[in-house]
Amino acid sequence: MTASTLTITRRPARRRRHNGLLYAGVAAVVIYCLAPFYWMLVSSLRRSSDIFDTSLLPSPVSFENYTRVFDPAQGFGRALLNSLVVAGVTTVAALLLATFTAYAMARLEFRFKRLILTLIIATSMFPVVSIVVPLLKLFTDIGWINTYQSMIVPSMSFALPLAVWNLTTFFRQMPDELEHAAMVDGCTRGQAFRKIIIPLAAPGIFTTAIITFIAAWNEFLIALSMTNRPEMQTAPVAISKFTGATTWETPFGSQMAAGVVVTIPLVIMVLLFQRRIVAGLTAGAAK
Amino acid sequence: MSHTRVPPPSPDADVVTGAPAVPARTERPAPRGGRRTVRATSGTAGMAALLVSPTLLVLAVVVLYPTVMALHESLYGPKGLDPETGFISDTEPFVGLQNYADILGEAGERFWNAFWNTTFFTVVTVTLETVIGVAMALIMHKAFRGRGFVRAGILIPWAVPTAISGLLWRWIFNSDGVANALLGRQILWTSEGFQAKLAVIVAEVWKTAPFIGLLVLAGLQVIPKEVYEAARIDGAGRARRFWHVTLPLVKPALLVAVLFRCMDALRMFDLPYILIGAQKNSVETLSMLAQNEASNVRFGPASAYAVILFVYVFLIALAFVRLLGTDLVGDTGTPERSRRFGRRRKSAEVTA
Repeated sequence: MTASTLTITRRPARRRRHNGLLYAGVAAVVIYCLAPFYWMLVSSLRRSSDIFDTSLLPSPVSFENYTRVFDPAQGFGRALLNSLVVAGVTTVAALLLATFTAYAMARLEFRFKRLILTLIIATSMFPVVSIVVPLLKLFTDIGWINTYQSMIVPSMSFALPLAVWNLTTFFRQMPDELEHAAMVDGCTRGQAFRKIIIPLAAPGIFTTAIITFIAAWNEFLIALSMTNRPEMQTAPVAISKFTGATTWETPFGSQMAAGVVVTIPLVIMVLLFQRRIVAGLTAGAAK
Repeated sequence: MSHTRVPPPSPDADVVTGAPAVPARTERPAPRGGRRTVRATSGTAGMAALLVSPTLLVLAVVVLYPTVMALHESLYGPKGLDPETGFISDTEPFVGLQNYADILGEAGERFWNAFWNTTFFTVVTVTLETVIGVAMALIMHKAFRGRGFVRAGILIPWAVPTAISGLLWRWIFNSDGVANALLGRQILWTSEGFQAKLAVIVAEVWKTAPFIGLLVLAGLQVIPKEVYEAARIDGAGRARRFWHVTLPLVKPALLVAVLFRCMDALRMFDLPYILIGAQKNSVETLSMLAQNEASNVRFGPASAYAVILFVYVFLIALAFVRLLGTDLVGDTGTPERSRRFGRRRKSAEVTA
């Protein structure tokens, strides 16, 4: 305590200048990250007549774009529902499988464990298009085009490895002694897993669920390739295909409004659970 | 899903279904696999098989099977008139390596253009992201007040769906948009040309640099203060401390981040597709090329493109692991754990 106050009093000018620079840097980082997002928000609140305004605040504020987005003719509500179903089912299925696998990876010793974990993680780096092309042909042949399962099944290819990796790190961070104590007290390994590990790992499972859900919600290539009927498109695909009053006019206002609608749930999740999400995202990298 | 169809718990069956998931990769971790694990826990092999096999089964169905199918499909030509017999065939004729030969010959221009675009985007965006991301991490690491706020802000670009960010940047880069207003120029960003590449790079770097920043920040936070103090006592200045202390110590975290970003950039699709458009020479990537061929029902060439992209991605990943020693799996776990299991995990730790 005294040492730090001493340093501060010894060179106040330099420290102040240093702090000034630092907070300028912090401001630059925040502006870099938020400015484009802010522009989306501002543009979505302009009237279509002054959409090309470059003022920093919309004047007057208008919800015209939002009413147009939710016009039943646009079918955007359905697209949101589709996104929710696809991302939701993908997340639940991936988590269900990944919880067991990650537990084995973190707790059990078995042959080829490292190899299997490497393979699972390696699949998450797999180019999605390499599986979309053959699956598109297969799904066309078996009549799965424009179905939910045609989007959910390929999504598992990235959601499952992501969930396994995140959960493995979370399980590894939990002390072994917890289960040992439970097993000494007469629990089987299965009971220890169900009654001790799962409740204690709930925050980790929850974080993994958020990260997986965001990844599935943001998916575009699969949803674009597997659907051609507007009522089966997910929200990102639907927005990219919004059409304006004429073919030549891109409806930027409604696209921005729809973009805000799709992004806001994610932004709220990020703001609420930022600490956990950062822990989850960095779990694998920082060892 | 298929987790209901759990095969009986036989330890060896697990290994058999597991090993070939991505066959060519088996050689990577092999050299360090000499660790024998005949331990008190060896009775858990059956349980491990039971827990791991559903995941492997699903991945085999959604990744391995399509990959094999793509390899197979890339050897077949389109349905239609058979040039030799003159009959119209319902089945796709076997053409051998013709699709690959066409890609490198007849359709070569489009393929090489996409190949160079993909490579160019990957090299440029990952380099910029790394530099900006490290700078962001250094700033965040130093800032104590408002760190939570900055961290929330930095997650926003990551959370915005790539498709939406494509639309957002298309709006920003509109000819009457805010980018031109700020620059005082009239640049047609989204028309063919180098400026289209530039637009894609700006949008991509915006979305992903914060991600690298987060991963590097996590790496910075585990560096003990004493290391810096020692360096300072030895007379190392700010620049040398960064170069000789910070960088080597965050290297493992940074390498994993860069590897993941490279893999992601190599399969880039959403951003150029939405920001500029399909079939635009200046920004067409290998993923876009393969998707475009497949959506035009030319599955043979599309599969060949997909296979080439897969091989390319695999070679880059292999280079990372072999040349740079990126440790993906991180079996060493967290610092506390490696301390506890220090003796057992030593062989794995050396590779990290």
